[in-house]
Amino acid sequence: MDISIENIRKEFERFPALHDVSLDIRSGELIALLGPSGSGKTTLLRLIAGLEFLTSGRILFGNEDASHKSVQERNVGFVFQHYALFKHMTVADNVGFGLRVRPRSQRPSRAEIRRRAEELLELVQLPGLGKRFPAQLSGGQRQRVALARALAIEPRVLLLDEPFGALDAKVRRELRRWLRELHERTGHTTVFVTHDQEEAMELADRVVVMSNGKIEQVGSADDIYDAPASPFVFSFIGASNALRVHVEAGRVYLDDRPLELPRTNLPDGPARLYLRPHDLEVSRDEAGSIPGVISAVRRTSGARLIELEIGGRRDRLEIELPAEQSHRLNGRLAVRPRKWQLYRDDECRLAS
Amino acid sequence: MAHAAGVIFRQPSVIPGFGLALGFTLIYLSAIVLIPLLALVVKSAGLGWSDFWRLATDARTLAALRLSFGAALVAAMINAVFGLLLAWVLVRYRFPGRRLIDAFIDLPFALPTAVAGIALTALYAPNGWVGQFLAPLGLKVAYTPLGVIVALTFVSLPFIVRTVEPVLAEIDRELEEASATLGATRLQTVSKVVLPSLLPALMTGFALALARAVGEYGSVIFIAGNIPYVSEIAPLLIVIRLEEFNYGAATAVAAVMLAISFSMLLLINLIQAWSRRRFGHGA
Ligand SMILES: Nc1ncnc2c1ncn2[C@@H]1O[C@H](COP(=O)(O)OP(=O)(O)OP(=O)(O)O)[C@@H](O)[C@H]1O
Ligand SMILES: [Mg+2]
Repeated sequence: MDISIENIRKEFERFPALHDVSLDIRSGELIALLGPSGSGKTTLLRLIAGLEFLTSGRILFGNEDASHKSVQERNVGFVFQHYALFKHMTVADNVGFGLRVRPRSQRPSRAEIRRRAEELLELVQLPGLGKRFPAQLSGGQRQRVALARALAIEPRVLLLDEPFGALDAKVRRELRRWLRELHERTGHTTVFVTHDQEEAMELADRVVVMSNGKIEQVGSADDIYDAPASPFVFSFIGASNALRVHVEAGRVYLDDRPLELPRTNLPDGPARLYLRPHDLEVSRDEAGSIPGVISAVRRTSGARLIELEIGGRRDRLEIELPAEQSHRLNGRLAVRPRKWQLYRDDECRLAS
Repeated sequence: MAHAAGVIFRQPSVIPGFGLALGFTLIYLSAIVLIPLLALVVKSAGLGWSDFWRLATDARTLAALRLSFGAALVAAMINAVFGLLLAWVLVRYRFPGRRLIDAFIDLPFALPTAVAGIALTALYAPNGWVGQFLAPLGLKVAYTPLGVIVALTFVSLPFIVRTVEPVLAEIDRELEEASATLGATRLQTVSKVVLPSLLPALMTGFALALARAVGEYGSVIFIAGNIPYVSEIAPLLIVIRLEEFNYGAATAVAAVMLAISFSMLLLINLIQAWSRRRFGHGA
């Protein structure tokens, strides 16, 4: 089921939690909503589910306008971070719940419901646990029961709010791989929320990066990482440095000295140069590169991290060099970027 | 937890003072509850079995016991429904005057029961505010078993509301949302998800209300009219026997009441323990 989100806005008592968000979700796609706490990920997910109502805008399921449909009518599978299993029901009854509450005319027989529950429990790799109560399961198992329960109603879209948020790192990684496989097998259109970028990158076909109630960028892991659309995305994803520079007639100046970078079409004025630590290399020549004073050197397992102070302005630059590189690691050092992004200063201030 | 194989005390825990606390609890419980009850049992045992049986199965005694427990049961059931409703409204809705209603709920706790009895009698007497409208309908409340139920319902209301309220407030909103996303109507969500989660608390409240109603004396004797075989409650019968210096009969009634009350509370506790083990509610 394709889902189109068109210019939606959501206010909570005048507080705008989402402004003017648009997003097209393609049928069968696995999409991650990624962003810092409070950026509106859960709100967007709940709006799609119909657990909250829009202040303005539209949500289309296929060609039909679902904006004013109730949760029940939308037929979505929702998985909560803390599972929200019904404690007084067995696992099998939890999974079969969505079928049992159907109107009589559409309700499968008891035997059929039991069979479907078994089948789904097998799908989520919990065969034979149907008679247990949720209190008798581990966190990872509970989450899989919650997923089976959501799948039982054959949802048009599967929505997961930080599905692995409450689990430890190892179980998370396992479940992540397993969810990817499950998605490939069942082909449900799936949207999941996470604030773990690794999880988003590894799992999703496309990642939606959100900040302050807006979508910053939508793209594949490669797009997001290699061509960040905004300074926010650049600094939110992976390690990053920002240097204050000046643009004049397409040339980039650091402290009145031109940097050896291709011409930019940014307008004249202050700008920021965003650099990743591993995209910097040592340069023999100070002219055209970024000179600084080494203030700290740290060794990590595979690399050497060098902290450089730039100019008198105390901009700090973190550089990651191969561990075996045997430069003189004190005093002055000049580096040159292999890759970079340049943004106007006012864009950056908005982002931070 | 006590194991089936026998009594096993809790493992020594990081919280100190277990021995002292247990000792104190036992002594306190003995002094306040167990010794008086024991005295009652010993005293009625002194009657001899046949005497005891004769006194306990006396027609007037049986009628009084039936009224006491029957009316208490009905009152607790009425409150299980309406107390739950009240708790629901107080927890789920915000409206002007909510705090005031909240305060009123505790009134039966605080009011001397005799005051409540007089007030209720004045209301429900055939010429009272409410009674005058009921009388033409052929409905007599004061001086009938119905009056007993009204009084017991009044005094036991807070027990249900106050035990259900906090549990209801704690119910995760997400449970209801999950139910809705699975297609359940509001009614199905309430009956299949919310109420079952409330059941343990409701049962506790029910047990407390029942216990309170069985033991109630002050408010009932005013409105009941105390007609032997009709509207005379067991606690009153005990008092009457005492006033006749018929201590044997008094203790016999008391012992029967004790036995019935104890078995009812035990049963409710067993059901709760069972549901707790099953669903992992609470502890
Ligand atoms: N019911 C509500 N009433 C008022 N404000 C709300 C409500 N729900 C969310 N908000 C606000 O809307 C904003 C977005 O919240 P949301 O829960 O969508 O964030 P999130 O991206 O899911 O964050 P997290 O990663 O912490 O879960 C926050 O500023 C939050 O305070
Ligand atoms: Mg959230």
